Amino acid sequence: MNWPGKGLAKGLAVTFRQMTRRSVTAHYPDALPELPPRTRGVIALIEENCTSCMLCARECPAWCIYIDSHKDVIPATTEGGKDKTRNVLDRFAIDFSLCMYCSICVEACPFDALHWSPEFEYAELDIRELTHEKDRLRDWMWTVPAPVALDPGAEEAKEIGVAEKAAERAAAAQRVVEPVETTTGDLDKLDQPKEGDT
Amino acid sequence: MSETLETVLRLAGVLVAFLLVPLLVGQVEHKAMAHMQGRVGPMYAGAFHGWAQLVADGVKFVQKEDVVPAAADRMVFKIAPAVALVPYLVAMLVIPIGPGLVGQDLDVGLFFVIAVMGVGVVGSLMGGWSSANKFSLLGGIRVAAQLMAYELPFVLAAASVAMAAGTLSLTGIVEAWNPWWLLWQAIAAVVFFVSGLAEVQRPPFDMPVADAEIVFGPYTEYGGLRFALFILAEYAGIVVLSALTAVLFLGGWRGPFEDQLGWLWTLLKTMAVAFVVIWVRVAYPRLREDQLQRLAWQGLVPLALLQLAITAVGAVMTA
Repeated sequence: MNWPGKGLAKGLAVTFRQMTRRSVTAHYPDALPELPPRTRGVIALIEENCTSCMLCARECPAWCIYIDSHKDVIPATTEGGKDKTRNVLDRFAIDFSLCMYCSICVEACPFDALHWSPEFEYAELDIRELTHEKDRLRDWMWTVPAPVALDPGAEEAKEIGVAEKAAERAAAAQRVVEPVETTTGDLDKLDQPKEGDT
Repeated sequence: MSETLETVLRLAGVLVAFLLVPLLVGQVEHKAMAHMQGRVGPMYAGAFHGWAQLVADGVKFVQKEDVVPAAADRMVFKIAPAVALVPYLVAMLVIPIGPGLVGQDLDVGLFFVIAVMGVGVVGSLMGGWSSANKFSLLGGIRVAAQLMAYELPFVLAAASVAMAAGTLSLTGIVEAWNPWWLLWQAIAAVVFFVSGLAEVQRPPFDMPVADAEIVFGPYTEYGGLRFALFILAEYAGIVVLSALTAVLFLGGWRGPFEDQLGWLWTLLKTMAVAFVVIWVRVAYPRLREDQLQRLAWQGLVPLALLQLAITAVGAVMTA
């Protein structure tokens, strides 16, 4: 049914109904936002995992990762052996005034040294303060949440498959070894002095 | 002596109402509009739901520099905000909120209020003309065109009530008011309210300040306190319009317990109408200039004339 002014009345009704509902405003500084897992807030670094391989710095499209490192010589442990070298990280810094939060460095890191933290309150009055050095990046690591649980029925992580296979192999080797121990007389004889000892 | 004291008290009362009620309407607008749009509006000023937001705004406006454009007509430019504001103060003087509760009871109160409200618009016109700015000028001319178009249905609708009541005194009109007037004068009430909205340039009739096309119309060059005065004039205009609508068409202080709570009824009705003014602002988009003129001349004027005829028939039949 159409009557004059129907549209006008409808407009008033819509605004009035909206007024009776709860507003959708996020009260940010009073109430912290509920961020989704995997929020890209700030990049955290586990220095111990970093091998100074420079992959992240090279992949970075914004060139905002600075890495300085040197090689330490580890003297050979055996006589006449070869000395080993090891990369030591001197500086690892990310300039968040350049970073575009693309996550390529986190993806590129082969040793899981870089992680996303959901923290986002690190605004500064001076742009130079936005370059976080490695100790600050290490501190962000405490705010990195545990990885999200997999979806039900999802494929297991590759590492778990590898570890399980290794464990199985070890268990199988054990099983193969045990029967040998019980059936072979030589080994029995070898075992006997031991029993005597205890 | 006591007569002087009474006059002073009445004037002080009107002044306080003039300074407080527009702020109240402004705050209601802040909050109601916000919630109608799914927001919360001001929350911090004054610590409780931003009740002091307009006070803070006022303090800010006072601190700002008073700039007059080099090419402006200085004198007119400076006077314009006062010309826009004072008429509403004067209009509030004669609007009764209870029997005897009025700044000055005039026998020609209705005539006076409508004449004075027209003057307020001249302030905007002066501001638009003297700013030496094309946007201001366009806005000023739109103000003038709007005044020309909407003053006629405004006056005709008011005349209908005056005819029905047989008096021009606002107090007399409320005294003669009858609940069935709500039906009898319904068309006049709508015409009066709509053309009143256009007269105080409230959305959807805010073509003169259409910020998407002419910046802020006549107020483009204004800043600081003078700008605040214009905004205050807008809200004082809403109060005067709402109070007039309440007094003329909704029976003013008439209602249950009118002997004790008459003034409360007037204030409640005024606030209800003011809320509708805000509500309409949120609900409707701005009218285009040609739509604005067509609504006035082809819609409201014929309706007002029709109402006059209906009123005349009713007045003759009941007399």
